[in-house]
Amino acid sequence: MDMLLSSPTFVFIQVLNSISLGMNLFIIAAGLSLIFGVLRVINFAHGVFYMFGAYIMYSISKEMELGFVTGVVAAGLGLSIIAIVIERGLFQWLYDKEHLMQLLLTFAIVLIMGDLAKIIWGTDQLSVSYPEGLSGATNLGVTFYPTYRLTLAVIGPLIFIGLFLMIERTRWGRLTRAATQDMEMLSALGINVPVIYVTIFLIGSALAGIGGALAAPINSPTPGMDATIIVECFVIVIIGGLGSLWGSFVGALVYGFVFNFGSVIVPNWQDVFAFLLLMVVLLWRPWGLFGKPEREGQ
Amino acid sequence: MPQLEVHSIHTSYGLSQVLFGISFVVEPGEVVSLIGRNGVGKTTTMRSIIGLTHATMGRITFEGTNITRMAAHRISRLGVGFVPEERRIFPQLTVWENLDIARRPANNGNGWDEERVFSLFPDLRDIQSRPGGVLSGGQQQMLTIARSLMNNPRLLLLDEPSEGLAPKVVEDLRDQIKALKDSGLSIVLAEQNLSFVLYLSDRCHILEKGEVKYSGTPNDLRANPDVLERYLTL
Repeated sequence: MDMLLSSPTFVFIQVLNSISLGMNLFIIAAGLSLIFGVLRVINFAHGVFYMFGAYIMYSISKEMELGFVTGVVAAGLGLSIIAIVIERGLFQWLYDKEHLMQLLLTFAIVLIMGDLAKIIWGTDQLSVSYPEGLSGATNLGVTFYPTYRLTLAVIGPLIFIGLFLMIERTRWGRLTRAATQDMEMLSALGINVPVIYVTIFLIGSALAGIGGALAAPINSPTPGMDATIIVECFVIVIIGGLGSLWGSFVGALVYGFVFNFGSVIVPNWQDVFAFLLLMVVLLWRPWGLFGKPEREGQ
Repeated sequence: MPQLEVHSIHTSYGLSQVLFGISFVVEPGEVVSLIGRNGVGKTTTMRSIIGLTHATMGRITFEGTNITRMAAHRISRLGVGFVPEERRIFPQLTVWENLDIARRPANNGNGWDEERVFSLFPDLRDIQSRPGGVLSGGQQQMLTIARSLMNNPRLLLLDEPSEGLAPKVVEDLRDQIKALKDSGLSIVLAEQNLSFVLYLSDRCHILEKGEVKYSGTPNDLRANPDVLERYLTL
C-alpha cells in the first residue's frame, strides 16, 4: 500500500477515479437532494429510478441500436414521465402527511418498480457498450486514462453549473427557493405551487435516469443496483447537507475520494471508511457540511 | 356592484369553527376595517378571502366572480393581494428577489414595478441585495406590502400591519397606506390599533367570536365610546 501511494502516477489515477466516480454519483445525488429541498420528500425510489435509467439505456443502445446519446435522452425522458405519473398520482396527496407515510409510499414504489424491472429485463446482468469514440483511453502525458471516465468527470460539473444557474440566476429558480421556505405564502402571491413541485420532481428524477444511463457501461444493469446507489446517495447528501446543491457536489467528491483511497489503504474496507465519515459528520454537524439546521417545528 | 362581497361565511380549522356568518362588502376604492381583539376571527376572515382556508358555508365574490372555494393562486391572479400578519417574507431571498417573485405586470401597463415600489418605500431601495431574514420589523412590513403591490392587486388584504412596530414606523406606514388608498386601491384592514384604523377607514366592522357585532363609520365609532369599551378593551 505504502509503495503504491508513493507512486505519483498511481495517486494521480486514483484522484481521477475519485473525481469520475464522485461526479457520476453527484448527478444522481443532486436529484435526490433537489427533490428533498423543495418537496421535503425523502425519495427512497430514487435508486430504482437510477436503475430504470440504466435499463432504458440498455434497451435503446443495445437492443434497439439507436445509439448512446439517444439512450441518455430516452432515460431522462422516460424517468420524467414516470415522475409526473408518480407525483400527480401519489405524492401530491401526501405532502401534508407525516414523513413516515411518505417513506412507506416511496418504499412501495421501490418494490413495485424493482419487480417490474425483473419482468421487463429479466434477472441477468446486462452489458452496455461504451459510446463510440469514448471507448478507448486518453493519453494524459503521465498515463493513459479511460476516455469514458474522463467524460463523466466533465459532465458532472457541467450539470452542476447548469443546476446552479437555474436555481440562483433565474426567476424560476427564485420561485423554487421561495417554495422551500413558505409555499402557502407563495400561492397567495399567485404562484401555482403544484406546478413547481411536479417540475422539481421531474428534474430530480430525470437526473437519476440520466445518471443511470451514464453509469450503465461501467455498472452493468442488474437487479439490486438500486439498493447500492441509494445508500451511496444518502451518504453523499447527508455529508453534504440534504437539500443543498453545493452539498451534493462536495459530498460526492468527498465520497469518491474516501471510497477510492479507502480501498487502496485497506482493500474491501471502502464502505467502512465511507460510513465512518458519515458517522463523523452526523456527530459533528448533523445537518451536513453545506446544510442548514432545521428549525424547531419544521 | 361591490368589489368584494363576503356573504355570511362560516370557516373552521378542522373541528374548531372560527367564523359564524361574517358578512361585509367593500366598494371600489374603500378602506374597510375589521377590528377586534386577538382570536375574534380577523385573520381567518382574511385567509378565507384569499383562499388559504376555505369557508365551509357562505359565499365570497370578487368583482362578480365567486371565489369561495377557488385556489389561492387563482384568487391572487384575479387581483387580490394578501399581506399576512406574520409578514412571511422569504428569509433566504434578497429584498429584490422577494419583490421579483411576486412580479405580475398590470393589464393597463400602468402598474407597480420596483421603481414605483421604491418611491413609496425609499428605505427598501438601499437594502435590495440584503436577505429578507435580516431586516428589521419595519423593513419587513414595508417589504411584505411592497411584495403584494408587485402583484398589482385591485384589492389589498392587510392583516395587522402595525403590530409590533415602533410608533414612528407606524406613523410612516399609516401615511404609506393612505397613499395607496388615494391611488384608488381598495383595502381590507384588520387592526387593533384604533387610531390607525380610524384615520384610514371608510367603514369599520367590529368582530367578536367570529361574528360582526357592530358596523359603522369612524365617526360613528368616535361617537360611541361605549361600543369601543365593550368590544376592544382587554
